[in-house]
Amino acid sequence: MLIRKTTLSVLGAAALALATSGAAQADGSVEVIHWWTAGGEAKALNVLKEKLEKQGISWKDGAVAGGSGQQARTVLKARVAAGNPPTTMQMLGLVIGDYAAEDLLGNLDDLAAKEGWDKVVPPGLQTYMKPEGYWAAAPVNIHSTNWVWANKAVLDKVGVKQPTNWDEFVAAADKIKAAGIIPLAWGGQPWQEATAFEAVVLATGGPEFYRKTMNEQDLDALKSDTMVKAFDNFGKLKEYVDPNAPGRDWNLATAMVMRGEAAMQMMGDWAKGEFLNAGKTPGEDFLCFRFPGTQGAVTFNTDAFAMFKVGDDAKPAQMALASAVMSPDFQEAFNLVKGSIPARMDVPGDKFDACGKKAMGDLAEAVKNDALMGSLAHGFGAPEGVKGAMFDVITNFFNSDISSKDAAEQLANAVAMSR
Amino acid sequence: MSTIDRPAATRSGIVGWLQVQLPKIVLSPTCVITLVFVYGFIIWTTYLSFSRSRMFPNLKWAGLKPHENLWANPVWYKAIENLVIFGVLYIGIATVLGLFLAILLDQRIRQEGLIRTIYLYPMALSFIVTGTVWKWMLNPGLGLEKLMHDIGWAGFHFDWIVNSDMAIYTVVIAGVWQSSGFVMAMFLAGLRAVDDEILKAASIDGAGPVRTYVKIIIPMMRPVFLSSFVILGHLAIKSFDLVIALTGGGPGFATALPATFMYEQTFTRNHIDVGAASAVMMLITVAAVMVPYLYSELRAEKGVQR
Repeated sequence: MLIRKTTLSVLGAAALALATSGAAQADGSVEVIHWWTAGGEAKALNVLKEKLEKQGISWKDGAVAGGSGQQARTVLKARVAAGNPPTTMQMLGLVIGDYAAEDLLGNLDDLAAKEGWDKVVPPGLQTYMKPEGYWAAAPVNIHSTNWVWANKAVLDKVGVKQPTNWDEFVAAADKIKAAGIIPLAWGGQPWQEATAFEAVVLATGGPEFYRKTMNEQDLDALKSDTMVKAFDNFGKLKEYVDPNAPGRDWNLATAMVMRGEAAMQMMGDWAKGEFLNAGKTPGEDFLCFRFPGTQGAVTFNTDAFAMFKVGDDAKPAQMALASAVMSPDFQEAFNLVKGSIPARMDVPGDKFDACGKKAMGDLAEAVKNDALMGSLAHGFGAPEGVKGAMFDVITNFFNSDISSKDAAEQLANAVAMSR
Repeated sequence: MSTIDRPAATRSGIVGWLQVQLPKIVLSPTCVITLVFVYGFIIWTTYLSFSRSRMFPNLKWAGLKPHENLWANPVWYKAIENLVIFGVLYIGIATVLGLFLAILLDQRIRQEGLIRTIYLYPMALSFIVTGTVWKWMLNPGLGLEKLMHDIGWAGFHFDWIVNSDMAIYTVVIAGVWQSSGFVMAMFLAGLRAVDDEILKAASIDGAGPVRTYVKIIIPMMRPVFLSSFVILGHLAIKSFDLVIALTGGGPGFATALPATFMYEQTFTRNHIDVGAASAVMMLITVAAVMVPYLYSELRAEKGVQR
C-alpha cells in the first residue's frame, strides 16, 4: 500500500478532529488548547481550571506537548480547517492577528468595557490583543526578553560591577574572559540568537529605532548605518561565547551560569524559573538586570487566550473563561508560579520576588516612556514568514564571516521577499 | 508459461469470470487510493504552488510569484547544495562500503550470521535515535574530541558539527553508518545468488579472485545496484528527521535540506505557497533522476531474457 506520510498525517489530523468534535459546545464547558505541560506551568493553569469549576463550568483540556507550541498550532490549524475550533487557544502575538484576519475570533468588547480592561492593560500590549480593532484575546502575563542573568559570585570574584552601558559591558566581558571564565552562556538556536540580537539593536539604536526595524520592518531603517553598527556590536558577542554553543538548549546555557562556568546569559525572564527551581535567591546568588543600554525600555512577549467564534449557547462559558483569565487574583496566582508578571498593571507586587518586582517597576517606567515594544524573536514583531526570514539572516551572520554591511542588506532583502 | 490458469472453458459464467478478474479486483482499492492520495495530491500541491496560500490553502491564482520567491531565497540554494553533497556522498559511500562488507562476508567465514546481524543492526534504529546519538558523539565538548583530549591526545580536533562549512559531512557520516549494513545485506543476497558454474569457469580461465570480482561478479550485481540506489536515493531525499535530530538545521542554516526547508516554510512560517513550490521542485528532481534510470534498467532487463 502506497499510503504516504501526507496521507497518514491528514488521516491523523482528521481522526483527532473527529474525536474532539464529539462534544458539541454545550452550555457550561470550555475546551482549551495549550502547551503548558511542564510541572510549574500545568500547576499554574490549574488555578484557572479550579476557578471555573467553582462557577460550574467544566474544563476540557487539550494540552499538546511541545514547549514552543509548534505542535499545538498544527493541531489548531487542523481543527480550524475542519470547521471545529476549540473555545480558546493559547496564542502569542501576531498569530492572534492572523486568525482575526481570517475572521475566526470572537468579539470581547462588551466584557472588556464592563470590566475596564482598557484602563489596566498597557497600551503597547493592547494593540496585539485587538488586531482588528476589537478585543479578541485575554492576556495572561507579560514576559520580558531584554534581561541579563548573571552569577553574582563569578562577577564578584573577577571584580566587575553590573554593567550599565555597552562599553562597560564589553570591558566586563573582556575581564571575565581574561580570568578564564566564559563571559556569555549562549544557546546556538535561531530564536535565542534573535533574542540576543534584538536586545543589541535596542541598546544600539534606542526604542524608536527598535520600533522601526523590529516591529515595522522599515526597509530603509534595516539598511541604515545604525543597523550596521548593531550588527557590529552583535558580532562582538561572538568573542565571548564558547565554541560548543551551536544547538545548545536555553536551559543548558542557564545551567552553565548557575554552575559558574559562564558569567552571564541574555535571556527572557523564564530563565528566572530555572534559578528559583534550583533554590537560588535573586540578589544573592544571581543578578537580574536589563541588557546594558536598554534600561527604561521593555521588549515583551505575552501569552494570551484567543477566543474563537462559538455558538450563542457556548458564549456564556467562554465569557466566564475570559473574565476569569483577566481577574486580578488569577493573574497574581498564575504569574507567581510562572515567573512572569501580570498583564494587568493594577495587581500588587508584594508577593513577587525581587526580580519580579523589578520587572513590574520597569514595565511601569517603560509604559510612561512609551518604550514598551513587542519582541521580534517571540512573535510580537513580524508575521511568522517575515520573522523566519529575519532569523535566517541573524543566525547566518552569527555563524559565519559575512560582514555587517552585507548582513544589513540581506536583512532588508529577506523582509522584502517574505512579505 | 502463463502464471494464471484460464479455466474459462471448464468453469461456468460468473464464478469463472470472478476467478479471472480476482487479482484485478483485489488490487483495485490500492490503485484507487494511489491514484487519489498520491497522484491527486501531487496535482493539488502543484496547484497550491501557484496560489496565494499563506496560513491556510487559498485558491486564488498567484502565478509564478511563489516560485520567484523560492528561487530568490538563499536558504533554498543552500538546501539544494546540501542535497547534492549529501545525496552523492551518502549513496556513493554507502554503496561502496556495503559492497565491500558483503564481499568480505561472502568469504565463508566463521560466525558469519553474528557479524551480519551486527552490521545490519543500525538499520533497526530510527533516524531520530541515530541523529541524537551521533550529535552527542560528535559534540566537541562531550564526545569524540573530549575523549581524545582525556586520554592524552590534546591536539585532536573534530568540531565539524559546529562548523558551518563541515556540518553537512557529519550528516553523511551518521547516514552512512545507518544504511551501509542494509546495503551490505542486499549485496550479500545478490552475491550468494551467483551461479557456481560461472565462478568455476572463470577460475579455469585463470582469473584471480580480484579479477573475478571486478569483471564478472560486480557486473552481475546490476539489479542490486538499482535497488540500493533507489532505496538510498529516496532515504536521502526524505532526510528530515536525521538532520533535525543531528544539527537542527545546522549552525545557522548550514545543514538545511529541501525536506526541512519545505516543512519550515509550510508549517512554521505559514507560507504554504513557497513550501508547495519547493515540494514540486523536489518531485521534479527525483523524477528527473529516477525515471530515466529506471527506464534504462528495465529496458535492459527486457532485452536480456531472464
